Amino acid sequence: MKEVNITEMERKFQEKIDQDIKIEPKDWMPDDYRETLIRQISQHAHSEIVGMLPEGNWITRAPNLRRKAVLLAKVQDEAGHGLYLYSAAETLGADREETIDDLHSGKAKYSSIFNYPTLTWADMGAIGWLVDGAAIMNQVPICRCSYGPYARAMVRVCKEESFHQRQGFEIMMTLAKGTPEQKAMAQDALNRFWWPALMMFGPSDGESKHTAQSMKWKIKRSTNDELRQQFVDVTVPQAEMIGLTLPDADLKFNKATGHYEFGEINWAEFWEVVKGNGPCNKDRIDTRRKAKEEGLWVREAATAFAQKRAARKSA
Amino acid sequence: MSNKEWPLWEVFIRGKQGLNHKHVGSLRAADAEMALENARDVYTRRSEGISIWVVESNNVFASDPSESQEFFEPADSKIYRHPTFYDVPDGISHM
Amino acid sequence: MNQAQVEFVLRIADDSLILGHRLSEWCGHGPILEEDIAMTNIALDLIGQATSLLNHAAALQGEGKTGDDLAFLRFDRDYRNLLLVEQPNGDFGMTMMRQFLFDAYRTILFERLQASSDEMIAAIAEKSLKETKYHLKHSSEWVIRLGDGTEESHARIQESLNTLWRYTNELFYTDAVDEEMHRSGILPDLSDLREQWEDTVNRVFQEATLSIPTNNWKQEGGRKGMHSEHLGYILAEMQYMQRAYPNMEW
Ligand SMILES: [Fe+2]
Ligand SMILES: [Fe+2]
Ligand SMILES: [Fe+2]
Repeated sequence: MKEVNITEMERKFQEKIDQDIKIEPKDWMPDDYRETLIRQISQHAHSEIVGMLPEGNWITRAPNLRRKAVLLAKVQDEAGHGLYLYSAAETLGADREETIDDLHSGKAKYSSIFNYPTLTWADMGAIGWLVDGAAIMNQVPICRCSYGPYARAMVRVCKEESFHQRQGFEIMMTLAKGTPEQKAMAQDALNRFWWPALMMFGPSDGESKHTAQSMKWKIKRSTNDELRQQFVDVTVPQAEMIGLTLPDADLKFNKATGHYEFGEINWAEFWEVVKGNGPCNKDRIDTRRKAKEEGLWVREAATAFAQKRAARKSA
Repeated sequence: MSNKEWPLWEVFIRGKQGLNHKHVGSLRAADAEMALENARDVYTRRSEGISIWVVESNNVFASDPSESQEFFEPADSKIYRHPTFYDVPDGISHM
Repeated sequence: MNQAQVEFVLRIADDSLILGHRLSEWCGHGPILEEDIAMTNIALDLIGQATSLLNHAAALQGEGKTGDDLAFLRFDRDYRNLLLVEQPNGDFGMTMMRQFLFDAYRTILFERLQASSDEMIAAIAEKSLKETKYHLKHSSEWVIRLGDGTEESHARIQESLNTLWRYTNELFYTDAVDEEMHRSGILPDLSDLREQWEDTVNRVFQEATLSIPTNNWKQEGGRKGMHSEHLGYILAEMQYMQRAYPNMEW
């Protein structure tokens, strides 16, 4: 295609985006748009799937039958979310297996929060409350994303997410008003997960290399710092209400702006974890890889059987 | 692409009696039976449906967006197909 | 309190509890995402059944205990589940074989229990039967797929069958508890249980090209609280929170 044609098509494409007309799979789109989306959607999908592991770690130790069922259903939902998102990526031509191989080879990233260990039952509370809370804040704007299949997947995901945060908060609240050991367990979990939860919104706007273009394409609808601030603003009063203390000496409410000011995030730690040097990076990827490898004979058998069955039917 | 990967299936769900089946997403399955069960487990966990269709994605033929002008615009000018094209005097009802 | 009735309910409840626990170990580790979700659905059904049944057992006991007390605070010898359901997951084929052998038995049991004179049991059976029929469909299809899939899958699942077969005789275990349950109409007639179960199993194994082991080495004891070594580890994990932090709300 001629240079001028592409420019013209890009202009029309941007016009559609500006008019909030959704882009659908077979529509023309700039290569960069496609690649950015594939990267973002598959990263998101990987986060859902790797995110099953830290909570999965406590399913067999849940303290009662109700909690066990809730946790199982919650972790199962995350599998569903991963699946919806891989499906959305497939509409852009990103084959699921190849996408997953990129995760296993370390080429693709996922949310760094899942590289922290879950050490006590209270971590189930902290994760639901903070991590799902932060995820929801990130995801709600994506329901209006310019790419149709991604936006629709996010609508479904956000609907399902709503119980995740509540069940986590309920765990924290129960612990916070429980025995002194329970309250200490809750506070310890909050101390460990607060900062990594703030990191979930990604590098600050000045550092974030993709933000401007993604905003223009309406793949991203708010900046990292805006979302992070929003998260802090809603979460601080929740912590206060259940009598837990956020581990930030610099945290204070600014009456003039109506927002909470908070301390400096440890970006060195963030980048280390992103690079693969968090406490659980290796375990998480090894676990996922193992599941895939050990499932190979099963997937092959099902394929072989499907072929035999089809042959018998047509015979 | 690895030929070991199961084929992709599109999933359509009837939310309740009286509604059309509606596309909800896709999944991977080795055969139609498995695709139906997977669709049930993945897409109706919250009672979202009472009937499921699955179609292998390969078998879906879609119109081409670059032909959308000749495909769809000719219908736009046939306004006489819509009831609002016709004047009905005041006082006439049930029409 | 009717001791036999409590015992009877615990047997059914513990089967659901322990198998649900085993299946939940798979969550996040399934052979493909879709199947991960499917297995978790089965686990959730089983844990739901266990909850209803244990609550019922606790009510029948009348000692002020809850279903959770029974699930988490009994000692190893007080669990009444089949040896089959506490066996380790092994590979995916082992898990599906265990599930199939159990589901084929469970559908018949729940079918009959719908007519139980204990209305609570009858209601739980009616709901659970729907779930279990689906489990059976899912597990039998996998047994067939793996049996008639590749050479490797055939060998693997035949091996699983060989391993688990010794625990199947216990499905038909009966003792004074069952007799009393029959007499009081709580447990309807099950005299054809083995025959019905064998029908299902033979049909599926034939399609799966699997052969039933000739080895008749039989293991039982779960119904009396004589378990395999595996149960202790299941309980160590399952009961950890309740034992480490007694008498707390969660
Ligand atoms: Fe999620
Ligand atoms: Fe979630
Ligand atoms: Fe998410």
